[in-house]
Amino acid sequence: MEKNTLFDKIWDTHVVKSVPAGPDVFFIDKHFIHEVTSPVAFLNLEKRGIGVKYPHRTIATPDHNVPTVDQDQTIKDKLSRMQVEKLRENCAKYDIELHDLGSAHHGIVHVIGPELGVTQPGMTIVCGDSHTSTHGAFGAIAFGIGTSEVEMVLATQCIMQSKAKKMRISVEGTLGKGVTSKDIILYIISKISAAGATGYFVEYAGSAIQSLSMEARMTICNMSIEMGARGGLIAPDETTFAYLQGKQYAPKGADWEKAVAYWKTLKTDDGAIFDKELVFEAADIEPMITYGTNPGMGIKVSGNIPTTQGMEGSNKNSYLKSLDYMGFAPGEAVKGKLVDYVFVGSCTNGRIEDIRAVAQFVKGHQKAENITAWIVPGSREVEKMAHEEGLVKILEDAGFELRQPGCSACLAMNDDKIPAGKYAVSTSNRNFEGRQGPGARTMLASPLTVAAVAITGRITDPREVF
Amino acid sequence: MAYDKFTILKSKAVPLPTENVDTDQIIPARFLKATEREGFGDNLFRDWRYDVEGNLKKDFVLNDPTYSGKILVAGKNFGSGSSREHAVWALYDYGFRCVVSSFFADIFKNNCLNIGVLPVTISAEFADTLFAAIAADPTTTVEINLPQQTITLLATGASESFDINEYKKDNMQHGFDDIDYLINMSAEIEGFAASR
Repeated sequence: MEKNTLFDKIWDTHVVKSVPAGPDVFFIDKHFIHEVTSPVAFLNLEKRGIGVKYPHRTIATPDHNVPTVDQDQTIKDKLSRMQVEKLRENCAKYDIELHDLGSAHHGIVHVIGPELGVTQPGMTIVCGDSHTSTHGAFGAIAFGIGTSEVEMVLATQCIMQSKAKKMRISVEGTLGKGVTSKDIILYIISKISAAGATGYFVEYAGSAIQSLSMEARMTICNMSIEMGARGGLIAPDETTFAYLQGKQYAPKGADWEKAVAYWKTLKTDDGAIFDKELVFEAADIEPMITYGTNPGMGIKVSGNIPTTQGMEGSNKNSYLKSLDYMGFAPGEAVKGKLVDYVFVGSCTNGRIEDIRAVAQFVKGHQKAENITAWIVPGSREVEKMAHEEGLVKILEDAGFELRQPGCSACLAMNDDKIPAGKYAVSTSNRNFEGRQGPGARTMLASPLTVAAVAITGRITDPREVF
Repeated sequence: MAYDKFTILKSKAVPLPTENVDTDQIIPARFLKATEREGFGDNLFRDWRYDVEGNLKKDFVLNDPTYSGKILVAGKNFGSGSSREHAVWALYDYGFRCVVSSFFADIFKNNCLNIGVLPVTISAEFADTLFAAIAADPTTTVEINLPQQTITLLATGASESFDINEYKKDNMQHGFDDIDYLINMSAEIEGFAASR
């Protein structure tokens, strides 16, 4: 019998047709849209005089440009307001389910999909957002697409895609104290570089991955794109089923039993062949932080920035340009450096478990005077739980400012921006130049490291504080 | 929407050897707020082209009158990060019809092909040859021949072939897009959808 990977099993059952010497016509089960990458797709549908083929397969929410204060009021920024209003208009016109600002399930698209139980094993899921890879944590093929492809999905529920190569990354063993799933993925990217998985779809496996919660798995799959991968996925197991059971859109009753029986078949066969396999030891992973301007530029918090030894030409120039932007020198330590902002949130680490972790660590402490601390729940549901569990009080007592759900300071297209030249230690996913605001200097880390930095005001290894 | 046909392009080229240029550099998120596709070229490489006061940064290649053309020759791992198609719209709107690099990020490359900007992947050695030739003579002409799948420095004849799948090549040469193809097979897709 043919041995298949999890990726093959899902991909092959979604191919409507293979174009000779071309891509596959690939069927999409679920499509998420938001206000930024959808308006031109809808506009083009109108120009072509066609509609949305399967509206019930698309779900919408505004998240990228929304303010994170006063969400019950009209959006002040005119262009942001227009985009959000356009989304409302389009959803009403084409009968698409919208989780609008202020509604019970509003939030970042990659947080609400799993929360609602829309995201399920075996599905194909796309969204005009590269962090769609998040949904792969459920054993789904999920990836980001461009606006032309958003238009294709709306019009036909298919896109034209060439099948990616397959990579398996296994992390074996037990994670040390103070080491989180964010550290796992920052470690992997630092080892293989920001382009190390380009052309591949990655399956994460191994005992360290299997031991993780769904929230932690989502953090890993979320950042697959930061090493260039088309997406990442993890075989569904009891942890997955337990998370989904009872969720709004999860199957119920006999359908549930049937679904679970199918989901249990969604794993890579023993002996299946990957184009590339990598194995890491969990014990080698320490709390991580980035020092440069792409997510591959990461080191352990207690480490030193690499020197330029062995680099030459444009490689060396690009490296020095990056360090110059960050205000760092080759070879120096990052620990102890002063920080101005901390940000907890985003589709990477804006879930309830992340907020719990930060609250648990800062309880009874005060943020340092030099720190502005923002905590932004990924959704209304997360916000509600944080209030109910008393986490908001703990965080506010520690000097954190709780804001309303949205992408917030992850990408500087709303009001939450880090000022030029300032250092932000952030739980988000990208440390690109200007990502958090023009001139802003971003260092990516786990919620625990961010909590430690908030308290000390400096780059700090969380294991030394708590 | 259907786009410009692409067959043979002869043009000067603009060099940008920086590696890992992500789509946030090509167009920062704060300029993604339009609900139409026009006008993104003004903000192409915004924070590298302008300082915070909006003054031109003279040392950036797009602000250097020495260089111009419809071809951008970029460093390794070009277009990483965000899936924003706006990055390609900005390149197109500015006037680029072809981007050349030794390594492209996947989603960016797809987005290019979907709107008719040709991504040409070359070897690292040929990238070095191109950068050196453009540095020596900024008016040097580069020929992109899609039917032959070749990129050539006309002055020296130095040339390399590049890959593109037949389907996408045909689309580029005729200015077709994927939606035309998908709509033509809607009966087949409907049958598939009904089985799910």
